[in-house]
Amino acid sequence: MQLLKSSVGRKILMAITGQLMVLFVIVHLIGNSSIFVGPDGINSYAEHLHSLGPLVWVFRLAMLAFILVHAFYGIQVSIENSKANPSKYAINNKLKANFASESMIWTGLLLALFVIYHISHFTLRLTSDVSAFAGQVPGNVFGMVTGSFSHGIIASTYVAAMVVLCLHLFHGIQSFFQTMGWNGDKSLPVISQVGRVLAFVFLIGYSSIPVFILAGIIK
Amino acid sequence: MSDHKTMTLTLNVWRQKGPKDPGKFETYTAKNITEHHSFLEMIDVVNEDLIKSGKEPIVFDHDCREGICGMCSQVVNGVPHGGQERTTVCQLHMRKFKDGDTIFIEPWRATAFPIIKDLVVDRSAYDTIIQAGGYTSCHTGGVPDGNAVLIPKPEADYAMDAAECIGCGACAAACPNSSAMLFTSAKVAQMAALPQGKAEAGVRVKAMVEAMQECGFGNCSNHYECQAACPKGINVKFIAKLNREYLKAQF
Amino acid sequence: MILDGKCPTGPIEKTWDKHRFDLKLVNPANKRKYNVIMVGTGLAGGAAAASLGELGYNVQAFCYQDSPRRAHSIAAQGGINAAKNYPNDGDSIYRLFYDTIKGGDFRAREADVWRLAQVSNNIIDQCVAQGVPFARDYAGYLDNRSFGGAQVSRTFFARGQTGQQLLLGAYSALSRQIKAGTVKMYNRREMLDLVVVDGVAKGITCRNLVTGEIESYAADAVCLATGGYVNVFYLSTNAMGCSVTANWKAYKKGAYFANPCYTQIHPTCIPQAGDYQSKLTLMSESLRNDGRCWVPKKKEDLAKHPNEIPEEDRDYYLERKYPSFGNLAPRDIASRAAKEQCDDGRGVGPGGRGVYLDFATSIKRVGVDTIKERYGNLFEMYEKITDEDGYKRPMRMYPAPHYSMGGLWVDYNLQSSIPGLFVLGEANFSVHGANRLGASALMQGLADGYFVIPYTIGGYLATVKPGTVQTDNPEFKKSVEDVQNYSKKLLSINGKKTVSEFMRELGSLMWDNCGMARSKESLEENLKKIPALREEFWKNVKVSGSGADLNQDLENAGRTADFLEFGELLCRDAHHRNESCGGHFRTEYQTEDGEAQRDDENYCYVGAWEFKGDGKDPELHKEPLRFENVHLAVRSYK
Ligand SMILES: Cc1cc2nc3c(=O)[nH]c(=O)nc-3n(C[C@H](O)[C@H](O)[C@H](O)COP(=O)(O)OP(=O)(O)OC[C@H]3O[C@@H](n4cnc5c(N)ncnc54)[C@H](O)[C@@H]3O)c2cc1C
Ligand code: HEM
Ligand code: HEM
Ligand code: SF4
Ligand code: F3S
Ligand code: FES
Repeated sequence: MQLLKSSVGRKILMAITGQLMVLFVIVHLIGNSSIFVGPDGINSYAEHLHSLGPLVWVFRLAMLAFILVHAFYGIQVSIENSKANPSKYAINNKLKANFASESMIWTGLLLALFVIYHISHFTLRLTSDVSAFAGQVPGNVFGMVTGSFSHGIIASTYVAAMVVLCLHLFHGIQSFFQTMGWNGDKSLPVISQVGRVLAFVFLIGYSSIPVFILAGIIK
Repeated sequence: MSDHKTMTLTLNVWRQKGPKDPGKFETYTAKNITEHHSFLEMIDVVNEDLIKSGKEPIVFDHDCREGICGMCSQVVNGVPHGGQERTTVCQLHMRKFKDGDTIFIEPWRATAFPIIKDLVVDRSAYDTIIQAGGYTSCHTGGVPDGNAVLIPKPEADYAMDAAECIGCGACAAACPNSSAMLFTSAKVAQMAALPQGKAEAGVRVKAMVEAMQECGFGNCSNHYECQAACPKGINVKFIAKLNREYLKAQF
Repeated sequence: MILDGKCPTGPIEKTWDKHRFDLKLVNPANKRKYNVIMVGTGLAGGAAAASLGELGYNVQAFCYQDSPRRAHSIAAQGGINAAKNYPNDGDSIYRLFYDTIKGGDFRAREADVWRLAQVSNNIIDQCVAQGVPFARDYAGYLDNRSFGGAQVSRTFFARGQTGQQLLLGAYSALSRQIKAGTVKMYNRREMLDLVVVDGVAKGITCRNLVTGEIESYAADAVCLATGGYVNVFYLSTNAMGCSVTANWKAYKKGAYFANPCYTQIHPTCIPQAGDYQSKLTLMSESLRNDGRCWVPKKKEDLAKHPNEIPEEDRDYYLERKYPSFGNLAPRDIASRAAKEQCDDGRGVGPGGRGVYLDFATSIKRVGVDTIKERYGNLFEMYEKITDEDGYKRPMRMYPAPHYSMGGLWVDYNLQSSIPGLFVLGEANFSVHGANRLGASALMQGLADGYFVIPYTIGGYLATVKPGTVQTDNPEFKKSVEDVQNYSKKLLSINGKKTVSEFMRELGSLMWDNCGMARSKESLEENLKKIPALREEFWKNVKVSGSGADLNQDLENAGRTADFLEFGELLCRDAHHRNESCGGHFRTEYQTEDGEAQRDDENYCYVGAWEFKGDGKDPELHKEPLRFENVHLAVRSYK
């Protein structure tokens, strides 16, 4: 199929999968914010989710597919792009492109690493800091998260990952609209701005959890 | 005129004997340059000196010297055409520089634009993209009266905005991915906006995108660097239009 | 010798249709057996190559740029004429025909001009079908403007980029044929010789500008659509690469050169700023629709800021001298009027070479936004070059060489005096007589390319057997050797002066002595000085590099060498034509108030020069002009 091979087709697939993941990131942030309500908030939220049964698995498989498709094409397209442009100018003087837009592949790969770590961390509970909670979740998500984030290194790893996420989406959200063609010369600056604000909302929203825990505000 | 102060500038110019030569920067001094010299006239001055001293002049593409033919193609201090808004390098004037400035001058760099010599590159890939479908398949003769199909002004204007592209290649030269999307999309958008071009819109967009890829250009990641470098200010909204047309063509 | 233009006879309205019917046709199945060479892919060549390819001929097309999309046609700003009469203001094929004959000062063939006017309407339709985004009104109808001294609005335009859009239309049609395989495009090739076998044009020899190789190509017919030669003045509005080379090489192989002295000086160009300058930039004459030309009445005002000079101290000289046409007087008249003011010491700007073009009145009348919408890109361009804001202070303008009405002589079929050699567009001499009206060159190029040559070349090809001559013919070998030796000679002189120094010198001789005004004395001076300069060139020019790769110095040297020969022919033609007409203004032949004085008794003919060998005088042939549908009249724009 042409869509899977062509320059534009693959971008459209990346944009759709990327954007669906953004939707997840939004929902996940809202869900996670229930931690501010206290133990009951997030624990009951987690329980509610887990009670969906097979739907959870449908959802997990879909997410897995999105991330694989997105990452596969992301890597492929990036390799092509660097082949198309092997040599740089003596003076790097970019007018519009920025660090975020030029490092999508690196922020993307770091995000992949983060997701692997994050799932083995809070979902599979393989790491030592949370292995004790293996039997208690979904019941005691609150305990697990606060326990874990009281380690400075883990908390700061998460904050660092959120910076990476922010960078990826700083460019990614508006890029989605352009790739889908839902854009014009008037809307582009607005969409860009909204996308960037949203990326920062993610950064601040998500980071506040480890930060607040580490600072002892959430106990 | 002589009543103007003159400038002396240091130029670091990319010299490359041929496609296989590795190439390197050479340093030259441009003397007696006034603010009214165009950038290319400044290089003319340097070249005259080079010829007189028995050296080979700097080879660079140029023809109309009034910003319309799209032939001139130099990267000045890292920016194709030098970074003055909506300006080709032949229309760039030395009043944008100061006495004593050091300027780096390089050719377009992109795999799909192999260097021929010095600052001259081979841009035939852009012709190939147009050949893939940048036209309406009308015949000479046998066409309806010009007023037979009405085109309201906003649509005609939109098509004209896109049609202003001069095919210079700065978009791909500026793009971090060396993507030719701005160029390709301008033609796709112009044709898709006009009733005459609508019939073939789907076939056209697919063929042109495919040709762009086969020529070795990268994929667009929406850096928008192309629009910033484009001497005609071709808007990236046409890339969105191409994407839209492309999606439409799938169904 | 009396030349015959082979014009059809009978009522003028029927001439083209009748002629088309009389022309022989090539059998569709045989068309692909015929090879046609098209040198030049501007409006004329691009349109022709595309149309011939579509008909089924095998076309090989050549241009010196890296892409056919860059031909100098792309620079045309103003617009293209057609006798559509959409605005219902009284236009007709007959009026366009009449205006063109009169505008050309009665020095063009009636039948050719009629045909041009007749097919003009098809051109607009054709371009619209190609997706050329002509200006439209809100209801969707094509928009027109009045242009270049016409009293009807018959000019179609695409912003200030009409030539670009028309060329891109032709280029897209050409691209389609390249894709289809009917046209093979050779970019970055410069034609350096015409190959004539047994008196018939059979091919060309080119330099591959990238590899330096000398290549030859054979065909059953050769077309030249290589544009104009006004770069002989060095500074002109033409692109840097425009040259007389292709035409000149054909001339030296026997094609007659007609009316070389008819050159057009465009009144509104940005004045020269310094002697390093490489070219002059035209500002579309559509600006004169809203701009008013003036100079200070008093010399002591010259140094003042123009806005400080009160109304009563300004001389709106065009409005004063030509009350009915005012600022819209035709180009030759407007140019000469500007020069007159400057020669009188009232020119403004550097060197006193400039007149003001003032928009203040129009801005007051229609508002700055409307002016911006009409000419925004021109104001932008003006500011980029001069660093002055045309909305706030009047622009400065000066005339500059712009267009060549002269060119290779062709008959009604566009065939030159060499059988099998056809000449299209600005490269031929045909329809504009001694002066071209604004927006008519684009029309001519496309008429020749889309609607004339596809028929007339068929009439010729039907009479020849395809493929009789190939590049192994000794004439081709000889041509390649000649071209190689020529380059070697240029490279071996190794003198002291650069090519551009010679070109500048030639240019100033041409401009000073054979520019806007010419006299017997000035021309005789040139006829002595140009050969001397040429001699010096061949002894003292320095051409760097080798012939084995991309060498722009060598390219320029070749073009300059041809201009150094051609310049002399131009002056010779101007010298022999003892009258003033159109772009050819001889100071001896003017009325008391300085208007051009034609001599229809003795000079109502096309003067076509035949090359007789290096160092020998060329021979003049005449084609008398007959006017049966228009009466010869004094051209007055008062
Ligand atoms: C600045 C400017 C503005 C103008 N504005 C208008 C206007 O508004 N309206 C109007 O009607 N006219 C206008 N004109 C005139 C008009 O543009 C030209 O007369 C017309 O476009 C010429 O077209 P052409 O096809 O004959 O030649 P060109 O477009 O000049 O094409 C010449 C072709 O020949 C090729 N060539 C030349 N020599 C060689 C060689 N030795 N070997 C190989 N290839 C060669 C070139 O590569 C090119 O492809 C303007 C002209 C200028 C300069
Ligand atoms: C798993 C590893 C990931 C990799 C390797 C990756 C890689 C990339 C790359 C290279 C791009 C730029 C593509 C281009 O335009 O050329 C991109 C775009 C994008 N990414 Fe990712 N990414 C990853 C994960 C994610 C995640 C987790 C999200 C969402 C939360 C995401 C959202 C987006 C979005 C919205 C875009 C913009 C799509 C577009 O340009 O239209 N990505 N990604
Ligand atoms: C500080 C930030 C974050 C916190 C505190 C957090 C917390 C959690 C927790 C507690 C779970 C386990 C839920 C459960 O198993 O019941 C989880 C699962 C998950 N999180 Fe996060 N998360 C954060 C950021 C992110 C980010 C940025 C992403 C995506 C880019 C992400 C993607 C996921 C995924 C994919 C799962 C697995 C869902 C499933 O069980 O299928 N998380 N997260
Ligand atoms: S889009 Fe702009 S930069 Fe690209 S080729 Fe066209 S004019 Fe040049
Ligand atoms: S800079 Fe390149 S990435 Fe796209 S938006 Fe322009 S082509
Ligand atoms: S030389 Fe023609 S655009 Fe610069």
